[in-house]
Amino acid sequence: MISEKRRKIERSKRLSERVAFGIFRVMSLLVVGILFVILGFLVIKGFSVISWDFITKMPEDGMTKGGIYPAIIGTLYLIAGSMLFSFPIGVLSGIYINEYASNGWVVKFIRLMTNNLAGIPSIVFGLFGMSLFVNTLGFGDSIIAGSLTLGLMTLPVVIRTTEEALKSVDNSFRHGSYALGASKLQTIRRVTLPIAYPNIITGLILSIGRVSGETAPILFTVAAYFLPRLPHGIFDQVMALPYHLYVLATSGTNIEESRPMAYGTALVLIMIVLFLNLMANALRRYFSKKVKMN
Amino acid sequence: MTKPFHKKLLEKIVEGILALSGSITSLAVLLIVIFLFKEGLGLFKRSPVAEGYVLAVNKNNPVNRIDSKVVKRIFDQEITNWKSITGKNDTIITFRLDNLNSYYSDEKIGANLENLSVCISSLVDSISGIIAFVPQKNITNDFKGKLVKPENVSAGEFFLGKEWYPTAEPSAQFGVLPLLLGTLWVSLGAILLSLPLGLAVAIYMAEVANPRIRNIFKPIIELLAGIPSVIYGFFGLVVIVPLIQSIFNLPVGETALAGSIILAIMALPTIITIAEDSIRTTPRSMKEASLALGASRWQTIYRIVIPYSISGITAAAILGIGRAVGETMAVLMVTGNAAVIPHSFLQPVRTIPATIAAELGESSQGGPHYQALFILGCILFILTLIINLTVEYISSRNKLAKR
Amino acid sequence: MAKIETIDANLYYGDFHALKNISMKMELNTVTALIGPSGCGKSTYLRLFNRMNDLIDNVRITGQILVDDEDIYSKNINVDELRIKVGMVFQKPNPFPKSIFENVAYGLRVNGEKNKSFIEDTVVHSIKQAALWDEVSDKLNKSAFELSGGQQQRLCIARALAISPSVILMDEPASALDPLSTAKIEELIHELKKEYTIVIVTHNMQQASRVSDYTAFFYLGELVEYGQTVEIFTKPKLKHTENYITGRFG
Repeated sequence: MISEKRRKIERSKRLSERVAFGIFRVMSLLVVGILFVILGFLVIKGFSVISWDFITKMPEDGMTKGGIYPAIIGTLYLIAGSMLFSFPIGVLSGIYINEYASNGWVVKFIRLMTNNLAGIPSIVFGLFGMSLFVNTLGFGDSIIAGSLTLGLMTLPVVIRTTEEALKSVDNSFRHGSYALGASKLQTIRRVTLPIAYPNIITGLILSIGRVSGETAPILFTVAAYFLPRLPHGIFDQVMALPYHLYVLATSGTNIEESRPMAYGTALVLIMIVLFLNLMANALRRYFSKKVKMN
Repeated sequence: MTKPFHKKLLEKIVEGILALSGSITSLAVLLIVIFLFKEGLGLFKRSPVAEGYVLAVNKNNPVNRIDSKVVKRIFDQEITNWKSITGKNDTIITFRLDNLNSYYSDEKIGANLENLSVCISSLVDSISGIIAFVPQKNITNDFKGKLVKPENVSAGEFFLGKEWYPTAEPSAQFGVLPLLLGTLWVSLGAILLSLPLGLAVAIYMAEVANPRIRNIFKPIIELLAGIPSVIYGFFGLVVIVPLIQSIFNLPVGETALAGSIILAIMALPTIITIAEDSIRTTPRSMKEASLALGASRWQTIYRIVIPYSISGITAAAILGIGRAVGETMAVLMVTGNAAVIPHSFLQPVRTIPATIAAELGESSQGGPHYQALFILGCILFILTLIINLTVEYISSRNKLAKR
Repeated sequence: MAKIETIDANLYYGDFHALKNISMKMELNTVTALIGPSGCGKSTYLRLFNRMNDLIDNVRITGQILVDDEDIYSKNINVDELRIKVGMVFQKPNPFPKSIFENVAYGLRVNGEKNKSFIEDTVVHSIKQAALWDEVSDKLNKSAFELSGGQQQRLCIARALAISPSVILMDEPASALDPLSTAKIEELIHELKKEYTIVIVTHNMQQASRVSDYTAFFYLGELVEYGQTVEIFTKPKLKHTENYITGRFG
C-alpha cells in the first residue's frame, strides 16, 4: 500500500538522519575527547616530575631543577588577596541588585555594565591594573596590585552567582519573614542569605579556579620572573604558577632542560583548577539534593 | 510600634553600602575607560623619534618637517635623494653616532666625548645632504645646522600603517594594521573551526543525546572552560605546533593556524553552552507539530529548531569571536608573533593582546611605545564592548519577539 | 470496518499507570470526542494514535492500537508514514516561524515533494478547506505570526490537511481561542467530517455535544463510558458520567 516513491523518500530521510546524528555524535565525542587528551598528556609527561621536593623546594639552576614552591605560595597569596576584595563587594553588589534595586532601569544598567566588565579581555585588566594600581597609586609590582586586578576581574562572576543564588530563593520565605515583622535587612540576613549561601559558595570556588589560572592580568602587576624566596609583605612581588609555566615554556634560560619542570608545573596547575571545579560541582549537587529532601 | 531611630539609621547605612557595591562594576568600567584612554591618547601628541634624540639637517636644506614613515625609509636607505621628499636634488647621507668614527678620530672627539657637540655641529654644517640622528643634549646654542621636526604620530598613520616597529630608531613605526589583521585572521580561523563543531555538540546535547549522556558531557565541557589559557598555550606549544610543522613541512610550526586551533578549543565551551541554551528554548509544541507532519527528527532540527534559535546561535558565535579576540597567553605562545600582515594561515602572526603582553614589560613608562600599547588596549576594549552590546541587543530583541 | 481500534491498551510513565486497559473502536468519517477531567489520560490516549508519546522518555505501552487494521506499534511500521496518515492539531496554535505559505507547504516538503505547482495547488486547496482562504489569500508570504490566534489555529488545521491524512487528531483545538474563533473551528469540524475521521479532546461539554457523533468519558486513566454522543449526554448509563457532564465535578 505504500508506493515505491514514498518508500524511497522515507529511506533517504532515515539515511540523512542517521548520517547527521552520526556526525554529531562523533563531533561530540571529539570535543569531550579533547579534555582527556590534554589531561592525559599532562599526566603522562608531568607525573614523574611531581614529588614532595617539587612542591616544597625553591627553583634551582636557572629553573631547570628544584621545585616550584614560591610559585605555589604566590598563587595562594593572589587567590586570598583577590577573594578578600571581590567576595564581599561582589556579594553585597549581588544583594543590592536582587533585593534592593527596584527600578528596572537601574538594574538593567548595572547588569549591562557587569556583563561588559565580564567581557573585557584579561590583558586589558592587566593594562588597567598597571596604570592604576602599580603606577598611579604607586603600589609597584606587588601582591596588592595583582590581587586587586584579579579581584576586579572576578567580580562579575561573584555578582552573577550571588544574584542567581538569591533569585532561586522562593519569595514565600521572604514573605514569611516579613509577616513576622522582620525588616528587610533582618530578612536578608537571617532568611534569604542562609538559603542562598551554598550556591554563593559554589560561585566563590569557581572564581578561585579562574583566579588561580589567570596569567595576563598579573604579568605587569605582580608576577616575578624569578624570585626564589617567599614574599615579605603585600607590597612585595611573588612568583605565580601560571606565569611560571609561561616562563618555563617560552623564556627560561634553558628551555629544553626546563621542559620537565614545565610539565610538572602544568600538571600541578591543572590539578588545582580541576579540583576546584569538581568540588564546586560536587557541592552544587550535594546542596541541591539537600534542598530537595527538605 | 515604630522602630527605634538607630535601627532605622542602620538600615539606611546598610542600604547605602549595598548601593555603593552595586555600582562597583559601572565604576570599574568607567575607571578602565579613563585610565586606558588617558595613558593611550597622549601618543598622538608626540613625535615618534626616540626620546632625547633629534633629527638635524644642513641649514640650507629646505625640508622642515618629515613624517615618521619617511624617516624610517631614509635610514633604511630606501629614499636616497632629498628630491623625492620635496627637497633639492642632493644625495641623502644618513648619520648616527655609530658612524662617528668614519668622520672623526677618537682624539678629535675627546676621550670623554667632550668635543662631540662641536663635531656634530661642523659635520652637519659641512655636508649638504646630511640627516643626523643625534642626542638632544649635544645640540648646543651655537649649533650650525637646522633641526627638522618629524610629524607627530597621526591617527591615520596608526590605524592604517602597515609596519609595527615600536622600538625602531630613529623613528618608531606604530602601524597597527598587521596586528589588527593578525587578530582578525586568528579569530576568524578559530570561529570557522569551532562554530560547526560547537553547533554539532550543542544540537547533539539538546536534541539527540539521551539525558544520561548529557549529564556526563555537560560537566566535561564546563571543565574545558575552566582550563587556564596558559595551559592551552603550553599544550599548543608542545603538541600542536610541532604537529603543524611536520604535517605542512614548515620551517616553524608557530603559525596562525596553531593559534586558530587553540582558540577554537577555548571558544568551544562558550559556543556550546549558549547555543545549547538557545536551542532548548524552541517550544516543544513547535517540534511536535513538525513531527506530527511526518518530518524526521533531523528534518525538524534543521527546518524548525535551528531557524527558531538562530539568534541565540548568532549570539554564541559572536561571543566565541569575542573570547578569541581577547585571548592573550595561549595565542602569545603558539602564533610566532611576527608583526607582518598575514597572507596565509601557515605564517606566523601577531595579535593585539599578544603584542601588549610581549612588549609592555620592555616599554618605558609614559614613552610612546607604552602609550601605543595602551591604545591597543583601547582598541581591544572597544572591540569587546561592541561585541557585548551586539549580543545584548540580539538577546533583548529576541526576548521581545518571543514575548 | 473500524477506522481506529484499540485493544487493551495500557500506558505507563515510569511507574505511573496512565492508561488502563482501554478498548474501543472509532468508525470511518465520524467525530469522536474524548472528555474527562484534567489528568484523566484523554490527551495521552489521543497521542497514542500518531505515536507522539514515543517522544517522552520512560514510556511503556502494551496492547494493540490499530489504524486501518494495522498495528501501528508493530516493528515494521514507519512512524513518519503513520504521522502522514494521522494528522494532528494541537491545543495552542503553533505555527512555525515561517510564512503562511511555507507553514502549509512544510509537510509536503519534508516528505520529499518537489513539484512546485502541486505544492502550490495543495497549499491553496488546504487553506480553502480550512476556511481561511478569504482572510489570507493576499498575504501568503507574510509571517504566520501576524495572524490572530483563531486564524493561526485554522492555519495549523490547513497545515495538517495539506499532507492528506485520513485521520485528524485534535487536542483541545479551541481552548486558547475566543468564542467567535471557536465557532468557526467547530463549523470546520463539521465540514471536515465528510472526508476525515476526527478524534477530538475537549473539556468543554457543550463543544463535545455540538461537534461529535460519539463521546468517550475518561477518568483516572480508565475509559468509563463510551457511546453515541446523544445518548451519553441525555441518558448516561453511569452516575459518574452524569455527574461530570452536568458539571458536578471536574
